[in-house]
Amino acid sequence: MTVSKFKEALNSGKFVVTSELGPPKGTNLDQMMHHIELLKYRVDALNLTDHQSSVMRFPSLGGCLAVKERGGEAVLQMTCRDRNRLALQADLMFAHSRGINNVLCLTGDAVVVGDHKGAKGVFDLDSVQLLRLIRQMEAGKDMAGNDLDGAVSFCAGACCTPEASPIEPQLIKFEKKVEAGAEFFQTQAIYDLEKFAKFMEYARQFPVKILAGIVLLTSAGMAKFLNANIPGITVPQDLIDELANAGRGRGLAKGIEIAGRMIAALKKDSVCDGVHIMAIGKEEVVPEILAKAGL
Amino acid sequence: MKSITRQKPLEEVIQQVRSFDQIYILGCGTCATMTKTGGRDQVIKMKESLEGLDKTVTGWAVIPIACDEMTEVAMKENERPIRNAGCVLVMACALGVHRVSSYTRNPVIPALDTLFIGLEEKPGLFKEVCAQCGQCVIGETAGICPVTECNKGLLNGPCGGTNEGKCEVDKNKDCAWTLIYRKLKAQGRLNLMRKYQPPKNYQMVPRPKAARISIGEENRE
Repeated sequence: MTVSKFKEALNSGKFVVTSELGPPKGTNLDQMMHHIELLKYRVDALNLTDHQSSVMRFPSLGGCLAVKERGGEAVLQMTCRDRNRLALQADLMFAHSRGINNVLCLTGDAVVVGDHKGAKGVFDLDSVQLLRLIRQMEAGKDMAGNDLDGAVSFCAGACCTPEASPIEPQLIKFEKKVEAGAEFFQTQAIYDLEKFAKFMEYARQFPVKILAGIVLLTSAGMAKFLNANIPGITVPQDLIDELANAGRGRGLAKGIEIAGRMIAALKKDSVCDGVHIMAIGKEEVVPEILAKAGL
Repeated sequence: MKSITRQKPLEEVIQQVRSFDQIYILGCGTCATMTKTGGRDQVIKMKESLEGLDKTVTGWAVIPIACDEMTEVAMKENERPIRNAGCVLVMACALGVHRVSSYTRNPVIPALDTLFIGLEEKPGLFKEVCAQCGQCVIGETAGICPVTECNKGLLNGPCGGTNEGKCEVDKNKDCAWTLIYRKLKAQGRLNLMRKYQPPKNYQMVPRPKAARISIGEENRE
């Protein structure tokens, strides 16, 4: 049986770093391959998004295979939006057979926020049920209780939103995900380190690893856009001001600096077990962020 | 039960009745009257619209409850003008349309789209509260149906897209799970939200649905 290098990293006690890549809209894989080459040995694992924001793209599974083939460690993002329980199980078996050992279980964004608004949203399972399904398949049974000729094995994780309001329903769901078998969490973007530290105090009761979500800010405008449009993300005013004061054309450099600074702070105080960097189209600069963070 | 309906665009109705010169119109005195889609006023307006297109309306009626069996009696009373028409245009929900179609050989054409069963929250504002999934969970969700009211139909709590109690899909819509959370908390039953809800059994949502419900021996046919 293949082992998850990512799981080994999580259990090693080191500060784990993952980064996210969005597969292309189309079959030209050049840029994705370039980013995989750039990052595969710089981070502990690369997540490939699954029709992020419900926008149809090259599949996460295809991206994960590309990472694997190039010697990297991949985390399969799997949403419940477009596949029913049969398709999810088939994809899990296929991923396992090809050496993809990590899966991030997500409910998925609503269909209408994406670019195929008329599509039928599936949501046959939710993220909690998907986690349980994985554990059942690991025990050699499919969801209907039939025996599998060959089980699967995954390091399975999920997402949570430490800055959501109200927070309590999210924490209840977090606990349900832990009970369902989540081993690690990659959080939605965090910017308020104090708030996040409070969340970590709570999360530390549970035997799971927490990777703080770091979304790269590229300008004050982008930060304001996140505040207005992305649920669960709140960029504090002082960071917006810092970006605005960076000067013309200096937004990205300032964003890299902020991300690096936050990662360094999280690592220095061992606030969490690692970070998950989401550069959203600017994957090119992830090595710079890591350098700024002293990693 | 309230069946919530919306009038089809007039062009679509005209398209469907284009091959009929004589038309009989039936409205419904219950749900379609309440939604102002098939009550007396709307039936008369439809009659005028069709007559404006040189159609002959052989008669019209507003049946008290189009979906119940008394519809047969009402249609018998209007047998002649119905028979004289080429089709029956029904301004009732789909249940009424089906009822009517079982009592006439004429083609039956719906003038309304049936949207959902729901409640009138405020005058003129109708809200779906039940998706008729056959596996009611609202005893554990404070009387709020997540299958119906959550965009994703989630059973185990809110998605990460909710913000300040609003839905990811529509910032004007309350997140069903935040409503459930608040109500359960107020009831001192938040532990119910911690309970794992297994995946739904979609075999319980067969199409077409049918149920044999015991109505007591004396009422058996």
